[in-house]
Amino acid sequence: MSPLVSHLNLYDIANVKGVVADLSHCNTPAQVAGFTGPEELGDGLKGVDLVVIPAGVPRKPGMTRDDLFNINAGIVKSLVEAVADNCPNAWIHIISNPVNSMVPIAAEVLKKKGVYDPKKLFGVTTLDIVRANTFVAEKKGLRLIEVDVPVIGGHAGITILPLLSKTKPACEFTQEEIEKLTDRIQNGGTEVVEAKAGAGSATLSMAYASARFVESSLRALDGDSDVYECTYVQSELTELPYFASRVKLGKKGVEGFATSDLENLSPFEKEGLEKLKPELKASIDKGIAFANK
Amino acid sequence: MNPLVSVLHLYDVVNTPGVTADLSHTDTSTLVRGYVGKDQLEASLVGMDLVIIPAGVPRKPGMTRDDLFNINAGIVRTLCEGVAKCCPNAVVHIISNPVNSTVPIAAEVFKRKGVYDPRRLMGVTSLDVVRANTFVAEVLGVDPQLVDVPVIGGHAGITILPLLSQVKPAYSFTKDEVTYLTKRIQNGGTEVVEAKAGAGSATLSMAYAAAKFADSTLRALRGEAGVIQCAFVPSQVTDLPYFASKVWLGRNGVEEVLPLGPLNEYEREGLAKLKMELKASIEKGIAFVARQQL
Repeated sequence: MSPLVSHLNLYDIANVKGVVADLSHCNTPAQVAGFTGPEELGDGLKGVDLVVIPAGVPRKPGMTRDDLFNINAGIVKSLVEAVADNCPNAWIHIISNPVNSMVPIAAEVLKKKGVYDPKKLFGVTTLDIVRANTFVAEKKGLRLIEVDVPVIGGHAGITILPLLSKTKPACEFTQEEIEKLTDRIQNGGTEVVEAKAGAGSATLSMAYASARFVESSLRALDGDSDVYECTYVQSELTELPYFASRVKLGKKGVEGFATSDLENLSPFEKEGLEKLKPELKASIDKGIAFANK
Repeated sequence: MNPLVSVLHLYDVVNTPGVTADLSHTDTSTLVRGYVGKDQLEASLVGMDLVIIPAGVPRKPGMTRDDLFNINAGIVRTLCEGVAKCCPNAVVHIISNPVNSTVPIAAEVFKRKGVYDPRRLMGVTSLDVVRANTFVAEVLGVDPQLVDVPVIGGHAGITILPLLSQVKPAYSFTKDEVTYLTKRIQNGGTEVVEAKAGAGSATLSMAYAAAKFADSTLRALRGEAGVIQCAFVPSQVTDLPYFASKVWLGRNGVEEVLPLGPLNEYEREGLAKLKMELKASIEKGIAFVARQQL
């Protein structure tokens, strides 16, 4: 429905025809086409500028994102191999969990194919920002449209680090509020998994967040010079090879990092940053090891 | 996500807590609350300005919308009883099929409860308009957002009558184009049911169309002028008690049902043909409620 989308190719191993028929009836300019099964995957990718990968299984109550690793790692690997073969210049948005490991897997696959561009590979963390904005606005009685909370680190449990000290508009939080909000933002995904009691994980809010990140990416590709989003990318902000932070998006992908986000952290945030690094490193290493098996 | 929605109440017999938790995380100003199970229906309706009823079962390949009657009629009746009790001044959008019968059912329930307002009851036909605009745009080779085709009659098979002679931008279709487009628009729903091969009926395009219609209604309720939409409403433009056509929406719901405008020969024929089927569906709905002896 975004005017920036001229063609929408949908791919899956089943059910695509029905979804395409459904969507194609909307009176919007995007042309929708469907591709089913590995034999059609290549055709579905030719000429594509942006590939969004939400594929795989969602969590059930009691599961962590890492429990999904085995199934989703194989799926992401095959899909990214096909991207490398058919549309190597496309931007890639990875939503499949655990994102902390899937992005490194994608990078390794692209490196092997000689088409890796670190500026164009993104782990989608937008839902953490959306949740942070919502929970902070609720707590502080603020107008949601004005709230912006940067979230750095990764996309699982304690690797999700909201920088409440850098909330816009500037807010005073009690220590208790900081702890409760941080905890709620980190477990937002689990909150929905439990509420759905086995019926799945976040879909509506994930679609909303993903659409926001896609819009931003398409605007940047279109030449907009004012696009900033938090996302999990190859990074030099810390000693870890991948890290989520606020970046400036442009025609070439990531064009700059908001390094100021890591300056002047509160003591609580500095602690949180040190605590998340070992878990994030382990997830990254797990992904790299899988890709190089 | 629509800034005109201050509070969103979700009601169903299952699964609402999960959907509510999901939606509540989006950073939009709407307050979302969930209600699950018959005991919570009334609580969900108190204070509502607009009630949208998509409840019920969808078609499987080979089914007509009328095949859904038995299950969906009862659901719509129960929900309307709740509306009559808890938010009798709300505008009601009926999506549950067969719309041609469920709208009369809703009206009969409201009449028996003494809260009927014919300006506030609408059967949602906007998906037929969306489909008409899309398919016509394909034939014209233009952006579908520039196309406007009125669709009148009802919301099932041949009761869906697109008035291609009144299309904007003005265009003279060949006879073949008229036949092709009319049939495709009438069977758009079936097209998706077959493509989904048992997995359901239109959901994404239905949500899209229903959202557009809800937005138009909310804008009109708030006082915006010039809001015109097609909807299946209590009507006097034909001899049938209910009919879909362009209506002028305002602060009280349907302020005026607009005249059909000039119809060409093909359309006049289509109109004569659809009336019998539409009449039967309307009467089936009315009879259903009469049997219940409310």
